[in-house]
Amino acid sequence: MITQVASSVESLTLRINGKDVSCRAGDTILQAVRDNDMELPTLCWLEGLTVWGGCRLCMVEIAGSPKLHAACATACQEGMEVQTDSDRLHRYRRMIVELLLAERNHICSVCVSNGHCELQSLAQKLGIDHVRFAYRNPQLEVDNSHDRMRLDHNRCILCTRCVRVCAEVEGARTKDVKGRGVLAAIIHDLDQPWGESETCTSCGKCVNVCPTGALTHRGVAVGEMTKKLAFLPYLTLMREANP
Amino acid sequence: MKPEELEGLARKARQHDERFAHHISVCMESGCTSSQSDVVLAQLEEQTQKRGCAQKVRVKPVGCMGLCCNGPLVRVDDRLYQNVTPADAGEIIASLGGAAVERLLCDTQQAFFTKQKLVVRENSGRTDPEDIADCIAHGAYQSLLKALTGMSPQQVVAEISESGLRGRGGAGFPTGLKWATVAKAGGTRKYVICNGDEGDPGAFMDRSVMEGDPHRVLEGMAVAAYAVGAEQGVIYVRAEYPLAVKRLNKAINQARRQDLIGHEIFGTKFNFNVEVRLGAGAFVCGEETALIASVEGNRGVPRPRPPYPANKGLHGCPTLINNVETYANIPAIINHGAAWFGAMGTEKSKGTKVFALTGKIKNSGLIEVPMGITLREIIFDIAGGIPDGKAFKAVQTGGPSGGCIPAAHLDLPVEYESLMKLGSIMGSGGMIVMDETSNMVDVARFFMEFCMTESCGKCVPCRVGTFEMHELLDRICRGDGSPHDLAMLKELCDMVKQTSLCGLGQSAPNPVLSTLRFFEDEYLTLIQQAQQRRDQEDRTADERHLALEVLP
Repeated sequence: MITQVASSVESLTLRINGKDVSCRAGDTILQAVRDNDMELPTLCWLEGLTVWGGCRLCMVEIAGSPKLHAACATACQEGMEVQTDSDRLHRYRRMIVELLLAERNHICSVCVSNGHCELQSLAQKLGIDHVRFAYRNPQLEVDNSHDRMRLDHNRCILCTRCVRVCAEVEGARTKDVKGRGVLAAIIHDLDQPWGESETCTSCGKCVNVCPTGALTHRGVAVGEMTKKLAFLPYLTLMREANP
Repeated sequence: MKPEELEGLARKARQHDERFAHHISVCMESGCTSSQSDVVLAQLEEQTQKRGCAQKVRVKPVGCMGLCCNGPLVRVDDRLYQNVTPADAGEIIASLGGAAVERLLCDTQQAFFTKQKLVVRENSGRTDPEDIADCIAHGAYQSLLKALTGMSPQQVVAEISESGLRGRGGAGFPTGLKWATVAKAGGTRKYVICNGDEGDPGAFMDRSVMEGDPHRVLEGMAVAAYAVGAEQGVIYVRAEYPLAVKRLNKAINQARRQDLIGHEIFGTKFNFNVEVRLGAGAFVCGEETALIASVEGNRGVPRPRPPYPANKGLHGCPTLINNVETYANIPAIINHGAAWFGAMGTEKSKGTKVFALTGKIKNSGLIEVPMGITLREIIFDIAGGIPDGKAFKAVQTGGPSGGCIPAAHLDLPVEYESLMKLGSIMGSGGMIVMDETSNMVDVARFFMEFCMTESCGKCVPCRVGTFEMHELLDRICRGDGSPHDLAMLKELCDMVKQTSLCGLGQSAPNPVLSTLRFFEDEYLTLIQQAQQRRDQEDRTADERHLALEVLP
């Protein structure tokens, strides 16, 4: 394992869920939580990509602040008191996942990512056994034009990990978002079929960072699609070590 | 331009003005132009030519005079004419110096005019927005001269702080504090941005300021740039305001030609340049971080704050973002002093506020009133009350981020805090009045539909939450609602408000929450009716089954 050489980094102490923890100055609350073996769900956040702050699952309470804060986008401060789980936060997280399940067509029984899906696992972990909101049931397409990969808009949660990995790590900027609100969708280049994209390098990073079965390799059957995320922290670390 | 040249230019313009015996001003803003004020203007000019009095009569296009519902408005010397048609031009010219054209006269002594206090709009309706000389004759760029030649940047910031001016874009953040933060921020390159992405339904204050007095906005921005140490300004205007864009660009060109914008303004070391950037009409781009993303050429979506734009804004540099009306207040504060400004309004809300009055009222249009005026005065005196003998029901302030205020709170003084206490906000100044025929659930549904279609889609609570809330409101409005729907609606409101990324999502539930607070009975009635209808349908179905069984 490669570890970064720490040069006299300033450290901070804060309280998370009543437990005193320390972290490096500049760390986000999310990093501090996870470095100290506590759990906080996220879907849009991924180590090695810029912070997006879109899924709102990592909202936490900070003592003295009337608002909730996204742990992924909030820096730790000395003496901060953070609460990552409360009845209210649990209720909000449940609702957010329910909303995601109602937004598009998440049908696990026919999904290649069944059993390896971050959305599915999160729903299970939060104890979601039914969705209280009206299913939107949109008519969405599957982009089958690429010879090795597939984009199924029905399973997309618009976390934009694929957009960010494409721009920030691969440097291709093939993927982007079009439209507004629930009509937003992932596109390639100027909304062309993926297979016709001139900028796509077919590197497959987007497939591996996708939390659901929206981006998959072709030729996998139901439940067969597993994602390999380890490449990303490795790449980021190597880049930081050898700028 | 040298300091003394400004006065020279003003004198010359005034002398030019004095050569005319009569002055006719025609409103040439979007509202009046839509009812042919441009044709009226052309006819008036033609008539002066025809009657050989072109040397004696000056006909000029001006900005908004306020009473938009009675447009086109034409001011002839000290008379105001309303509902003028192109055919009236001859009669108006013939009456010059004689008796007024009675049937067109607009009473300038009515409360609509007398209860107003014009600060931001003091030159609107008086000056030709496309003629910088005319604007300078009416005092434009005096405050810039005063600030640049007589005050240090710190003094300007202190003056604005002392005045108590608060952001006119909606949230009411103290302007002086914002300026001080940007002034203190490090870095050699800073920006000032003017937020002209006015998008609330029924709001058109900023459009009017930009169309009617664009030089005032430029002047305010230049003073701000001087105070915070910026040299580049950006005016972000939505492309749906073509006239505002045209006039701003024209104003910038004229000011540049007179060296009022550019290098070493008034012979000082201060440089300032400004450009207009067009928004494609996304409501969310009124949110400051989304606006910055849009100016940078990216997709207009907000990002988490901090860092705030005051420290890290446009191109990563410290950036001051203020609303159009906020900038338009600056010249008056610099010219007359903080104490003068602070004398208007209430303890925590100083100065005046421009409102766009629309809905079920007699006088729709633009007004500027001192803060602290009551809603009753605005609606029943200035706006003339509710037409057709109907009863007042509620007034909606703050657009899709605001709420509905019922009759019981009509005597509330209009200020930031008092409106917030009632679950509404000051907002940018839209005021929609509703009478007894309005259904409040429908109002909530309308605003939710607006938020749903304007949500950028970045964060889940706003993207899907507004969709589901709209779905529930629609179901209740259609007469299909159930008590469970209402409970879900309340839960969603709470979650979306607490967890959304930016102000759009955080305030999207406000219209629902405020109508639930004051008009929950309307929701319950609709749900009860739906329940009764369902029960009735069940009974009819049962009877039919029963009938089928007993027949031989």
